[in-house]
Amino acid sequence: MMAYLIRRMFYAIPILIGVNLLTFVLFFVVNSADDMARLHLGNKRVTDAAITEWKTERGYDKPLVWNSQASGMDALTDTIFYQKSVKLFAFDFGSSDSGRHIGYDISQRMWPSLALAIPIMIVGLAVNITFSLILAFFRGSPLDFWGVVLCVAMMSISGLFYIIGGQVLLGKLWSLFPISGYDVGSNAAKFLVLPALIGVVSAIGSGSRWYRTLFLEEINKDFVRSARAKGLSEALVLAKHVFRNALIPILTGVVVVLPTLFMGSLLLESFFGIPGLGSYTIDAIQSQDFAIVRAMVFLGAVLYIVGLLLTDISYTLADPRVRLD
Amino acid sequence: MPFQPVILLTDAFIFLLLIMAGFLVWHVRRHEHLLEAWRQVGQRKVAMSAAVVLLFYVVIGVLDSMHFRPLAENADNKIQYDTKVLSVLDLALTQLREQKEKTYSAPFATHLYSKETIETSKGTQRDYPRLVYGGAHLGEDETVAADVLVTLVKSAALGIALTVLLYLLVYRFSARERWSQRGVGSHRVVWLTLTVLMSSLVALLWLSQNYHVLGTDKVGEDVLYQAIKSIRTGVVIGSLTTLVMLPAAIILGIMAGYFRGWVDDVIQYLYTTLSSVPGVLLIAAAVLMMQVYMSNNQAEFNTVLERSDMRLFFLCLILGITSWTGLCRLLRGETLKLGQLEYVQAAKAFGVSDWRILLRHITPNVMHIVLIVIVLDFSGLVLAEAVLSYINIGVDPSTHSWGNMINSARLELAREPVVWWSLLGAFVFMFILVLAANLLADAVRDAFDPRLKDQS
Repeated sequence: MMAYLIRRMFYAIPILIGVNLLTFVLFFVVNSADDMARLHLGNKRVTDAAITEWKTERGYDKPLVWNSQASGMDALTDTIFYQKSVKLFAFDFGSSDSGRHIGYDISQRMWPSLALAIPIMIVGLAVNITFSLILAFFRGSPLDFWGVVLCVAMMSISGLFYIIGGQVLLGKLWSLFPISGYDVGSNAAKFLVLPALIGVVSAIGSGSRWYRTLFLEEINKDFVRSARAKGLSEALVLAKHVFRNALIPILTGVVVVLPTLFMGSLLLESFFGIPGLGSYTIDAIQSQDFAIVRAMVFLGAVLYIVGLLLTDISYTLADPRVRLD
Repeated sequence: MPFQPVILLTDAFIFLLLIMAGFLVWHVRRHEHLLEAWRQVGQRKVAMSAAVVLLFYVVIGVLDSMHFRPLAENADNKIQYDTKVLSVLDLALTQLREQKEKTYSAPFATHLYSKETIETSKGTQRDYPRLVYGGAHLGEDETVAADVLVTLVKSAALGIALTVLLYLLVYRFSARERWSQRGVGSHRVVWLTLTVLMSSLVALLWLSQNYHVLGTDKVGEDVLYQAIKSIRTGVVIGSLTTLVMLPAAIILGIMAGYFRGWVDDVIQYLYTTLSSVPGVLLIAAAVLMMQVYMSNNQAEFNTVLERSDMRLFFLCLILGITSWTGLCRLLRGETLKLGQLEYVQAAKAFGVSDWRILLRHITPNVMHIVLIVIVLDFSGLVLAEAVLSYINIGVDPSTHSWGNMINSARLELAREPVVWWSLLGAFVFMFILVLAANLLADAVRDAFDPRLKDQS
């Protein structure tokens, strides 16, 4: 197993190189640094001096991949590709276009993101599993039918409406929760309840429907039938035989998103003013801060690959039939 | 000619899509096994009613894609066309488009939403000014509620009458028995849905002659008009995106599964790399780059409409590039399976060339996956547009879209008193489209997925 994991880690390297090259091409080859400077400084009446200054300040004035003026190794390292792209492998994100240290920002903003994402995941999992188990228990009945209709209807509502609706109704009209904001330490809790609630509710539709199909797939299998034939009650069959076997796909689905919880929720964080990585990303996109977007693309890819790796491990833990070698 | 046709890039693709849909229908009609699966969809009442609703949206979207420039009025008899590009839908909604108020007004309101200083015979006073068009036909003692109610009843009657007329026309030419023979077992639901849709369409058109059914926005534009115009954007994003990604996904997926070896390795590497980047970030990065390109090459676009249309197309392209990986992976898996089956092995043994096997034996047998993915992706893409527009990486701000409506309405919610009708309009129109797409997608998946068919 160890050998397998190490091999998988090596597989991850070419993928990360690919992501790195992709971002490099997207950010520096498709458009030149001059174009970026012009966009930031305003299109009309930009002097060449201002563009050069903007580029020098941020280190975009170097050649792309080969510095013919430098000697020795510097010809390779004193370039945009090395300074901006290769350094990402060492998690050295450099500084943002507005001059802040990206690595520091990420380490600070990670925690609010997690404080919101973890409760949403745990509560959401509990709610979705309960709801879908009820639907599976009453399968084929009107309750099941209308439950699924409700799920499809809830899926069809844009996440934006859940957020706006919750904010206006619970925050503004009924004044149950603060509309937005954040605080340090345990004071943060009261700011997190409403976004967490909305995060859970908005995912009920798709989550419950998916879990229901997983349960129904198990329910038709032979071992479940023999459990019923033994005379076990339907509730016991559902809890012991169906639930535990359907848990494998559910768990692996959860594990793959675990690392990406760090990235936070884009919409929730920006609507509720939570200083996490999601709102960081959105702010960067809106202020067109390419350095941050680049860093987040790379970080996201790394976390996704870690998630895949964890999924493989969790398969072996949850399902004794799976052996990795 | 009284007008000059204008074909934008996305228009051309929509027409292409229509031609392809027509070809698909022709193809399905000639193949019994495909017809059988579609009959199964036809048996599902919910799905058929959803299909009728979707058809309504698509028709509106297509009408809105027929652009032209009307003849401009000029003194000397030279033929000259207006610089403003209109669509056939605009023509039908001329009144809705042109009846502009000064600023916000609530749905069915007769007065503006904010107080202004008005000159009256008794001197100046601060009051809510009368709307220019909203309820302008009402007399002193007529109330809005009564008038609206009468119009609603009238339009319901007209809607029913129209549907009955259509019903008679259809059954005049094709006997009822033939319909049930063809497997459209749910025609009652279809006609019921049609009646409801017709009635609400008539009611909306009728009411909007005299009222702003969904109010007006900050600059006094009718919100209903915006919501209807947004239909095209939603439909274009939902359908064009899958269209542009299809060739790449199908060709690469099938090649990876069939040839295996290094071809498979390369293609797998390609899609794993692309899918490991979080979708939103990849889209954001690509759209940011597109913005840079467009702002530096403004000379290439003659009009604002052309630029926003180009941006819409780019957005479809970018969304397609980020979403083809899923389909590609599914197709690769299916082809791997098919390649081992006897009939493919037999074809190989007979010395049939690889390309011929791919074309004749593999591709037709993976098409059900393509169809399921197209239908399933549609609703997700419509929802994605709204989110992307909210982050400012969606369609051009000058394009009518539900995302843009929500985005601008967000700030109005903080206003006192709250302006909620833009949100309501976007919500209702979007919800109906996405719900219908989801319901139809379920039925299509059930009918075409052999794995599900064995279970039931």
